[in-house]
Amino acid sequence: MTVDLGFGLLILALIVTSYAAVAAIVGVSRNDNRWVNSARLASLITFPLLTLAVVVLLYLITTGHYEVSYVYAVSSNAMPLYLKLTALWGGQAGSLVFWSWLMAAFSSAVMLRKWDRDREFLPWVIVVTMITLIFFLGMVIFFENPFVRFWGTPMGARIEAMFPPVGSELLVPNDGRGLNPLLRHPGMIIHPPMLYLGFVSFVIPFAFALAALITGRTDDRWIRITRRWTLVAWLFLTIGLVLGMRWAYDVLGWGGYWGWDPVEIAALMPWLTGTAFLHSVMIQEKRGMFKQWNMLLIILTYDLVIYGTFLTRSGVLSSVHAFAQSAIGPLFFAFIALTFVVSIWLMLLRWKSLRSEGQLQSLLSRETLFLINNLLFLGLFIECFWGVNFPLLSELVTGQKVTFGPEWYIRATGPLWGGLLLLMGIAPISAWQISTIKTLGRAFWKPFIPSLAAVGVVLALGIRQPGAIIGFWLVALVASVTIYEYWRGIRARSHSTGENVFQAIWRLTEKNRRRYGGYIIHLGIIFMALGVIGIEVFQQQTQGALTPGQQLELADYTVTYKSLAEWDTADGKNVARAVMEVSRDGKVLQELYPRRDYYYDSQQPMTIPGVRSTIEDDIYVILVDWEPISTRQATFKVFRNPLVSWLWFGSIILILGSIIAVWPTPERESAR
Amino acid sequence: MQRKFIIGIALIIAAIVYLIVSSSQASAQYFLTVEELQQKGQQMAGRELRISGAVLGETIQFDSATLDLSFDVVHIPGDNKEIEAQGGLAEVLHQAVIDPTLPRLHVVYNGPMPDLLKNEAQAIMTGTLDDAGVFHASELLLKCPTRYDEAVPEQTGN
Repeated sequence: MTVDLGFGLLILALIVTSYAAVAAIVGVSRNDNRWVNSARLASLITFPLLTLAVVVLLYLITTGHYEVSYVYAVSSNAMPLYLKLTALWGGQAGSLVFWSWLMAAFSSAVMLRKWDRDREFLPWVIVVTMITLIFFLGMVIFFENPFVRFWGTPMGARIEAMFPPVGSELLVPNDGRGLNPLLRHPGMIIHPPMLYLGFVSFVIPFAFALAALITGRTDDRWIRITRRWTLVAWLFLTIGLVLGMRWAYDVLGWGGYWGWDPVEIAALMPWLTGTAFLHSVMIQEKRGMFKQWNMLLIILTYDLVIYGTFLTRSGVLSSVHAFAQSAIGPLFFAFIALTFVVSIWLMLLRWKSLRSEGQLQSLLSRETLFLINNLLFLGLFIECFWGVNFPLLSELVTGQKVTFGPEWYIRATGPLWGGLLLLMGIAPISAWQISTIKTLGRAFWKPFIPSLAAVGVVLALGIRQPGAIIGFWLVALVASVTIYEYWRGIRARSHSTGENVFQAIWRLTEKNRRRYGGYIIHLGIIFMALGVIGIEVFQQQTQGALTPGQQLELADYTVTYKSLAEWDTADGKNVARAVMEVSRDGKVLQELYPRRDYYYDSQQPMTIPGVRSTIEDDIYVILVDWEPISTRQATFKVFRNPLVSWLWFGSIILILGSIIAVWPTPERESAR
Repeated sequence: MQRKFIIGIALIIAAIVYLIVSSSQASAQYFLTVEELQQKGQQMAGRELRISGAVLGETIQFDSATLDLSFDVVHIPGDNKEIEAQGGLAEVLHQAVIDPTLPRLHVVYNGPMPDLLKNEAQAIMTGTLDDAGVFHASELLLKCPTRYDEAVPEQTGN
């Protein structure tokens, strides 16, 4: 009964959504506001409908209705309540429902804004968001229905169906299979929703972009309306990516945080085009340039979001084959192709009105540097796209399957990341429109000198790897440019207003949140870069089989194996946990507990490292193997990951910066 | 003025293309089956390769003191369609292991013994072939297709 209610709600939502899209089009073609208003109300109703559907699904999961195959697949009796709640997005069907629910929430939020000045956008925003929602609801209802149940036929076969096949009986399993153990981690609980929040919020700027194309109002109005949406989308996407990295570092136990896996790349690609978009819209606002380019970027981002949802939908491990067998894969590609072609066609129709109002005048002007920034981001995107798709292509063309591993990505993308860091150092002090070597040099030399001093320190520490030296120099350059920019602003303010330094910092940031929030984001990025350089260039590792009392040496650390214990827990897993002691120069620093959990129900082991984290380095110990009871010998792998905690610290700074940039500015809002 | 920009943009694009091409030459991994590897033989020696095969359980040897691991893999088709046509991955792996006529490859690896390394697992290895025809894996991925999807779940008696 409850199951039917959930499914009924989905169908109702699909009907309402379709009505909203059609009514909006009718409203425009008849120029009748009543139809548009009706469409607006209908799209507002999708949110409560889908909220109820989500509640029903959560109810089924938390109360253990294992006759529902989705519940059976992602939940089990042994799972605590908070994990059962996250099981909502633990599988493909549930995560598509979750996606749809977010889409309904965001489109409703947009519907509730004041539309008086942008009335002509409204119907088209409805059409675009509702068509997107129709697609996802259609997927859920017709192909990935989370409410499908198990039925036993008289012949003894098991069937999964929404409605009972003739003569069959409901099968009610005692217990579910449970969420994949790898996904039972705090990072995994918020990682998918963050990623999805980012994905779905990018649909809103896209909807306005298309509305602008269709109505011909191609000035920067649509960009101004959606600029906070874009920032919020970017923020969530970034948080999602960082949480994914953190999860990989904490749970996957291979000593790293990013493996250039296709799933990771699928989530990175919309981030790359989205970041490019975030930068280049500023040029359109300021100078009326790059309009065609911005359109292209937001269209790309939208389709990459759909692509990313398709590839990442249920976390890491479920195989891509599941898609190949259902119709969902081809349909996703068809939808991506269709929306891409239609959007590009609309853009070409308005090509002339999207012409630049200004011209690039000087090779070192800020506009040009933004253009280069965009080209580098797009270059990164193309490399990722190439890296993911080339294996398919090469197999089609030559019959020889070729794949690219992390080494390929590091080689191909490394210089472009470096180039972006360099731009981050130059662009903030370059002038708009006309900027020459001379004017740039005059502004540049002051922050440049401290960065050279940093290189001196790096060399004095005995670091000789060219990649690391360049990397550290770039980090120092961006840091000193950013601080210099802040300092200039503060000094100017306190001179003219007599405020003290702290007041000046506060007022300065408040006056131009996006600019100074952006600088804080840049600072966050370079802290993250420190972590990346540390782990990529300086990671050290050792491994060995030890008996209690024996030790492994790594750099100037000693890791001593003390003991190992193995036990079964109440929630159905076997835990093997070692006690390791980390010391340096004979001084004991900390005990670590690397462990391995083995989940009986899914027959899956999970390696959880013991980590000692400081701002200098992480000592990361993995329990690899052990002899059961008899000899008590165990094998360990130890990594030293220099500077990696800066990666996490930097991401917190980045989030703070984004929040500052997103925070509403009251005065300006009311002036609009 | 505009010419300068076009040249600049072209340079950046050229640099990106160069990065893609040069990285591909240096670190593309060729995906081969055991059979293909043995046909191509020494011309593939020294190149970074990815090989997939079925693990032969009785050949697994592991020294937990040195972490030296060695085992043999048996040829399985590389093409997904072919695998499906032969009854799915689990079936293909099972048949490969009991068929002595299929080509085999000796693999050595240094590192922890993976949990999933067992008879009839699919091993996907990255590494290089030496002159003696032994494959030195630097990365080892394992897949065990389970059939527990198909099993009827335990149920209450209603």
